[in-house]
Amino acid sequence: MNGSTSIVGVGATEFSKEAGRSETRLAAEAIVAALADAGLTTADVDGLVSFTVDPVEETELVRSLGIPAVRWSSRVPYGGGGSQGMFQHAAAAVLSGAARAVVVYRACRSRSGKRFGRARVAPEPVSGHSGTTAMQWATPFGVLTPASWMSFESTRYMHETGTTSADFGRAVVQFRDYAATNPNAYFAGRPITLDDHQNSRWIAEPAIRLFDCCQETDGAVAMVVTSSDRAADTPAPVQIAAAASVGLFEEEVASNHYRPDLSRFDGTAEMGDSLFRAAGLERADVDVAMIYDAFTPMFFLQLEALGFCGYGEAKDFVADGHLGPTGALPCNTNGGLIGEAYIHGLNLTLEAVRQLRGSSPNQLDDPHVALVSAGRTGVLLRR
Amino acid sequence: MTDHVRPAPLRTEENDGFWTAAAEGRLAVQRCDACGRWQHPPRAMCPDCHSVALSFADVAGTGVVYSWSLLHHPQHPSFEYPVVAVLVTLDEGPRVLSNLVGVDPADVRIGLPVEVTSAPTAEGDVPVFAIREGRA
Ligand SMILES: [Zn+2]
Repeated sequence: MNGSTSIVGVGATEFSKEAGRSETRLAAEAIVAALADAGLTTADVDGLVSFTVDPVEETELVRSLGIPAVRWSSRVPYGGGGSQGMFQHAAAAVLSGAARAVVVYRACRSRSGKRFGRARVAPEPVSGHSGTTAMQWATPFGVLTPASWMSFESTRYMHETGTTSADFGRAVVQFRDYAATNPNAYFAGRPITLDDHQNSRWIAEPAIRLFDCCQETDGAVAMVVTSSDRAADTPAPVQIAAAASVGLFEEEVASNHYRPDLSRFDGTAEMGDSLFRAAGLERADVDVAMIYDAFTPMFFLQLEALGFCGYGEAKDFVADGHLGPTGALPCNTNGGLIGEAYIHGLNLTLEAVRQLRGSSPNQLDDPHVALVSAGRTGVLLRR
Repeated sequence: MTDHVRPAPLRTEENDGFWTAAAEGRLAVQRCDACGRWQHPPRAMCPDCHSVALSFADVAGTGVVYSWSLLHHPQHPSFEYPVVAVLVTLDEGPRVLSNLVGVDPADVRIGLPVEVTSAPTAEGDVPVFAIREGRA
């Protein structure tokens, strides 16, 4: 897989709290933009990959876009944790010869439609192949939202490592600084101080305050993946150096309650090792990282699991300013899911591509390698 | 208290034995009849020996808090807030998600010894936990 496929086009709708149009239309708009960006047409597309939890009916999407023939379709489970797995599916399809150009997409109305953060009593014991079995075990106990499911590993992590809410807050201040200068971000022009974070109300005490939460968003992101040979004819390709997915025994997405040690993301550690091994790269080669910050503690656990700092050291890594533009590992330069938007992780990949193309709103100095981690799945991108 | 009636458990073929026991006021965890493995959540097969002879066996009902959280927002009319949510490691080994009841939220901490009790839902009781007296 190493470098033999590339992302050749990216597209997105605006990110908002009320899109005012269907997910199918949002997806179609993002895909048209991604194809235009790649200099391709719908006639070039013969593969489609999305999330199992994505609401867009593929037949309706094809009917809207006018794709002549679809030769590869797949959907990745595990919700946002599986977001980067779409690139593994797309690359596998291209490398196997099943498809020549694969569109990956995610469209959601997570604010104006069904909100992740609303307290509701689940009608079903599990949710759409999201990797989350929590409903059947958590509903009678009032544990009703992703923040509440993820609060257990967060509290245990704080207990084991001495990490505090203020330590989490320092990362959020950095993400909001990036968002402040990103015109696409929900929090554009609205940076916060650590006091602001510490004064924001509790969602799940002692780990998650309001400002630790990602932004429920309406919008869509799409990208086009093809072979690196074909990519050479496109304006701004970015190579997929590696794509990996690891789910361990007894591990769940969001409702990760049964692994032996909840203060560590063992699966993410294996996923990261797979990425670096496959790409032939080292941690020190990574110029910029996008790490799934649905809630701030999840960022800390991944940062450690990926090997960018030691266990329990994320708080020091953050406090030393390493996430910032001149730090050792600038992270979530779009503002992350907390500061920019929550297109279920795919907007993190979008920002990684922008950085490597030199078109980020918070452009770093000449990055060559970007890592995107969604915990269970991830990619290493290179130019 | 009638203002806050917990929603009934969502039953599946695999978890039904757990909730049926709970409705009878018992905490029962799935155990493999062939190799004795305790496992939670319950499942279709024993992952160690692949036996499908699985039963729900009563446990002592004692354990310690592995992790916890005070849930403040969002709020649902079925519950009082903050919800004191806990993961409890049972003495038999498995970990279960539940609530700690009759406790000052300020007193909740990891390692707290707890014992099972019951709380009603719209359809039968579910197991919740209280601080084990004399052991806190
Ligand atoms: Zn067995």
